[in-house]
Amino acid sequence: MKDLLSMEELDREQIETILERAASFAEVSRREIKKVPTLRGQTVVTLFYESSTRTSSSFELAAKRLSADVISIKAGGSSVDKGESLKDTVETLSAYGPSAIVIRHPHAGSARMLTEWVDAAVINAGDGMHQHPSQTLLDLFTLRNSIGSIEGRSIWIVGDVLHSRVARSNIQGFQKMGANVTVAGPPTLIPRGIESTGCEVRHSLDGMESADVVYLLRMQNERMGENFVPSIREYARLFQVSRRRLSPRQLVMHPGPVNRGVEISSDVIDSDQSLISEQVASGLVVRMAILYELLTGPENGRADSAPEDPVQIGEPA
Amino acid sequence: MNTGPETVEQPLPEPLVQRAGRPASMIIARAGVLDPVTGLDGSRDLMIEDGRITGIAAAGSLAATEGVEIVDGAGKYVFPAFFDPHVHLRTPGQEYKEDLETGTRAAAAGGYGGVLAMANTSPPVSSPADIDALRHRARNEASVPIGFLATVTRNMEGRELTDMAELREAGAVGFTDDGVPVSNPGILRKALQYQAMCGGRIALHEEDPDLTAGGAMHEGDVSTELGLRGVPSITESVMIARDAAIAGYEGGAIQIQHLSAVESVEAVRRARADGVDITCEVTPHHLCLTDEAVRDLNASRHKMNPPLRSEDDRQALIEALLDGTIDCIATDHAPHAVEEKEVPYEAAMMGVTGLETAFSSLYTELVLPGTIPLSLLVEKLGCGGAAFGIDPFRIEEGRTANLCLVDLEADWTVGEQGYESRSRNSWCEGRTLTGKVLMTLAGGQVAYRLRSFSLGVA
Repeated sequence: MKDLLSMEELDREQIETILERAASFAEVSRREIKKVPTLRGQTVVTLFYESSTRTSSSFELAAKRLSADVISIKAGGSSVDKGESLKDTVETLSAYGPSAIVIRHPHAGSARMLTEWVDAAVINAGDGMHQHPSQTLLDLFTLRNSIGSIEGRSIWIVGDVLHSRVARSNIQGFQKMGANVTVAGPPTLIPRGIESTGCEVRHSLDGMESADVVYLLRMQNERMGENFVPSIREYARLFQVSRRRLSPRQLVMHPGPVNRGVEISSDVIDSDQSLISEQVASGLVVRMAILYELLTGPENGRADSAPEDPVQIGEPA
Repeated sequence: MNTGPETVEQPLPEPLVQRAGRPASMIIARAGVLDPVTGLDGSRDLMIEDGRITGIAAAGSLAATEGVEIVDGAGKYVFPAFFDPHVHLRTPGQEYKEDLETGTRAAAAGGYGGVLAMANTSPPVSSPADIDALRHRARNEASVPIGFLATVTRNMEGRELTDMAELREAGAVGFTDDGVPVSNPGILRKALQYQAMCGGRIALHEEDPDLTAGGAMHEGDVSTELGLRGVPSITESVMIARDAAIAGYEGGAIQIQHLSAVESVEAVRRARADGVDITCEVTPHHLCLTDEAVRDLNASRHKMNPPLRSEDDRQALIEALLDGTIDCIATDHAPHAVEEKEVPYEAAMMGVTGLETAFSSLYTELVLPGTIPLSLLVEKLGCGGAAFGIDPFRIEEGRTANLCLVDLEADWTVGEQGYESRSRNSWCEGRTLTGKVLMTLAGGQVAYRLRSFSLGVA
């Protein structure tokens, strides 16, 4: 595996490998000294063309925990502001010889384009409405820690599926790990032909009691102006997940940031059923695992960038 | 219903303009000659003197004349030169993408003997002076005759009509705001009323901006999977239905550009059944590709407007070509610079080049598998001027030589030898195609000759 571009190109075995690796990094994260020397001397660039808190900070910290040097570029305040093209920016950064470039970009396929321009491993941290594979992997890791295997489990993805890269990645990721996926939301926010991906489609929360996991998507305010839903109030009345709509055995997830009182009620966020803070914690170790697999794996094809002591996860730096 | 637009009394300028050059004289010997218009189909010798076809004789019967080139056509085909009613030559204003010289070189390399240039240049072709200037340039630069369309509305802003009558007098062969639709039905209605006086078919890029809503590819399973905003098929068909109703009411003549979807084909059929003077085009890429191709997110090859649609749509277009619903094949040749295409798919400019590959791509994809006959392909590539009053070229004694010599056995890889066009955003880039144009005579002049194709001189 050279790059991480989409969940589509990962098989179940590769997913398991990353989750196993993340579990071992979780052990490191509980130590007093949380750093390992694995990527010492290597450079990781994070290049964010869209705002992000969770993803950018966790990738940056993950790289630092692995002892890599990190350059973090945000579109605002960089030469991107001056109209530099993606290709020119990326080729400029390539001059530093990075081992990996983590990119978030508002347009689908951007991460894949980078693979044609650079030798570095490319990690897609979100491309338009297309894919967000590291989110899916951290969601799978979170679920593994809380309920074990998701084989045969029912997962409902609720909300603005149309504009969601998380939904597209997660449908694929959940299905690859054996779960049955249902998407629910108003017809204006469910993309045409989504059934062909093998998931069920609902336009209400009726029947949600069968779900083991309810995965909520952020309802973006700007969608109101485009008339995708008539009002936040009506959306909340029809699709907000509150404790009233959940049975105690059901788990709730959300990729963040949440809109309290819109797609999710505050009482659910703060309840034991919510895995939202576990998801954030998983983000760090899963991203460490992704960097590890791409930059030290036997298939990465970069012998010169392999660390001196290959594994040594247990050894603090 | 009216009988259609009447033209103004005074004679209009010649619709097509070309660079003056040396008229060709040659004998093309023992070529298979296929002319769907005259019905000629067989092995012949062609005598061309001073740019005119002066003899069509049995193969091997024409004797060599001192100093006259003999082109060995054995095993090759001669067709009437093609005519493309829809190309973007980017002049004036965007010569970094294409100009009249490179654009007509590309046309000649594709076997074309004439093209019609769209008016969405920078600035758009909206005044008689713009038409004058372009025709003047074409007299110096165009190896293939060009006809120019003017915009329907001033600067394509959709608010005021251009001086349509004066534009016609200056030489505009028709009118189009191609690139954008004429959104305001009241403006289109007035343009069609005015057309009754000044003539000039109005070519329409059909799309409802509110239904397209920023879409980047066909709305369907692939757009859902890729997370790209979709362009629904109905954005085209609702506008065709609207504009056909207006044209029917006013007795106007409209050409629907680059038909892409099954609903659009049905809308054209209904309009024609109602007696509307409606003609339509289809592009080679819509006949050969579907939205599955967009999975590679290669904007240079696969991003254009209208977008590549589903296999059902493609099949409907082929059927409509076969049953005559679609009048002609037009490339919508739309050159763009590398930096405008080498960006993420959603951010890339829309359009692909097509002049150099139209015949070869369709011969490879549709004729060789037996989907359509060769004669139909030659006919549909040749008749694109008819809607604008320009008759298809013919291989007939006394006619100006407008023909192409084609090797139907030759395989070639697109882009390997570069392009005649200034741009390289060909939807065929890297494909191996069968059938290669060896030589094109346009307006009686040699407009193109494949460099490696040697010509014997007696």
